Amino acid sequence: MKSQIQKSISADQLGVGYSKFPVVDNVSVSLEPGALLVLIGTNGSGKSTILKTMAGLLQPIKGHLEVLGQPTGMLPKRVAYLPQHPISTHTLPLRVHDVVAMGRFAHLGLFRRTSQHDQNIVIDAMKRTGIETQANEPIRDLSGGQQQRTHLAQVLTRQAEILLLDEPTAGLDINGRKLVAELIASERARGVTVVMATHELQDAENANTVMLLAQRVVSIGPPEVALRDEYLRECFGFTQPH
Amino acid sequence: MFIEPFVNNEFLRLALAGGVLVALTCAVAGTFVVLRGLAFVGDALAHGVLPGIATALIFGVSGIIGAAFGSLIMMAGVSLVSRRFRLSGDTAIGLLFVGMLALGVMITSRSRTFVGDLSRILFGELLGVTSRDLISQVCALIIVISIAIIARRPFLLLSVDEGLASSSGFSVRLFHNLMLTMIAVTVVASFQTVGTLLVLGMLIAPAATGALFARRISTMMTVAAVVGSFSTYVGLLVSYHFDLAAGASIVLTAVFIFAVAATYTEIIKTIKTKQSNEHEHQHSHSGAHIR
Repeated sequence: MKSQIQKSISADQLGVGYSKFPVVDNVSVSLEPGALLVLIGTNGSGKSTILKTMAGLLQPIKGHLEVLGQPTGMLPKRVAYLPQHPISTHTLPLRVHDVVAMGRFAHLGLFRRTSQHDQNIVIDAMKRTGIETQANEPIRDLSGGQQQRTHLAQVLTRQAEILLLDEPTAGLDINGRKLVAELIASERARGVTVVMATHELQDAENANTVMLLAQRVVSIGPPEVALRDEYLRECFGFTQPH
Repeated sequence: MFIEPFVNNEFLRLALAGGVLVALTCAVAGTFVVLRGLAFVGDALAHGVLPGIATALIFGVSGIIGAAFGSLIMMAGVSLVSRRFRLSGDTAIGLLFVGMLALGVMITSRSRTFVGDLSRILFGELLGVTSRDLISQVCALIIVISIAIIARRPFLLLSVDEGLASSSGFSVRLFHNLMLTMIAVTVVASFQTVGTLLVLGMLIAPAATGALFARRISTMMTVAAVVGSFSTYVGLLVSYHFDLAAGASIVLTAVFIFAVAATYTEIIKTIKTKQSNEHEHQHSHSGAHIR
């Protein structure tokens, strides 16, 4: 008998929005471990709302959503979320190392002391995102791209089974974008499911599933299907150059 | 001139002890007020306790008990209005702040003997601090430090991003309310010393000075504690030698230290930017020669 693999994320006729005002309706998707779902759309299309709902920050307003077989927000150690603009850097006196280490708080809770194991995870995450040389710099002194690398490192320290990334390539140069693609690939290789919101069509290249959004699901499927010209025109008003 | 007044006068020694305890309590709570941008909430809490204190004094009950009730009503009101009525936090806090202040003034206007009391509530009576007051301030300091230690991780996450706190498994509402409680305890314990109007200065000015220099939260708190304690000492000396109001002298000293520190850091930043630009200019110049 074929063993049933637990779905990482399962949404059925899901409606997401704020209070009782829907932003996107009828979202149905099912992701297995190691999958990459890319949400593409213009500003206000509902990408971030879907991610926030998956992260448990917003309650679904209708339909059904399960993350790792549980209702959302129940498994903070196993689900990591990167917000779109994660930090106010003007006043916070925090070093890069401190910001990255905050990713371990879900595991440490209120009282557990930081162990050498936690420290090693933090150092490894900083190396993977190329910011280990800035570990002792105040984050407010870094460029936007370096700050984004710091936040990516923070997400990696969670060692989660699901990564929810809201525009992870924002503010990054070409090397930074390549780094994000490599990080996502290596996380997927160890069975991590990734859901990423982006404006960039090229971020969808390696996705299993692409969801094109315009306050509704315009198309969903593998990139070659979901990004057909007619859907892109409907969503953005233009098509990709061939 | 600098030590002698404290050696010769017991009331000054008690005032110094009381002021330093307020400075330490405000350093811990004020750090999170500055980091989380809760200055307006702190201000509202400081004023919101006024009707509670006034009512307590009318019925001959301790002002601290009245202040505690006042802050509880204020905290519950802010939470309720901002959740239920789809108003921004600022609007909800502003409405309650003005309402509570007006109520406090109305209650005090009922009594002819209240003019002196009102002034004492608003500006404190540092030179009248007793040993019993010190005990309640030590208790407040212990409570505030305990809350800050236990909730340091969710408080830090909240200061960065509420979504980050929530997705890390910490209840935003619970820890936000705990942070408000910490601020309320500080306000309630400090009003006798520096008054409800001036306590905000002690919450914000030393912590803001710490934020200018510190790279870590613990350093920011330490700088805030040192600045607050030093302001207390200098403020008391100024008050003693020039016969000025003690609470106001302390808060003005703390704000002055912030102004000096902010100017200093701006000058250093400007010099560094200039040096960096000159370095880049020289670099590009030498590059042109090579070509």
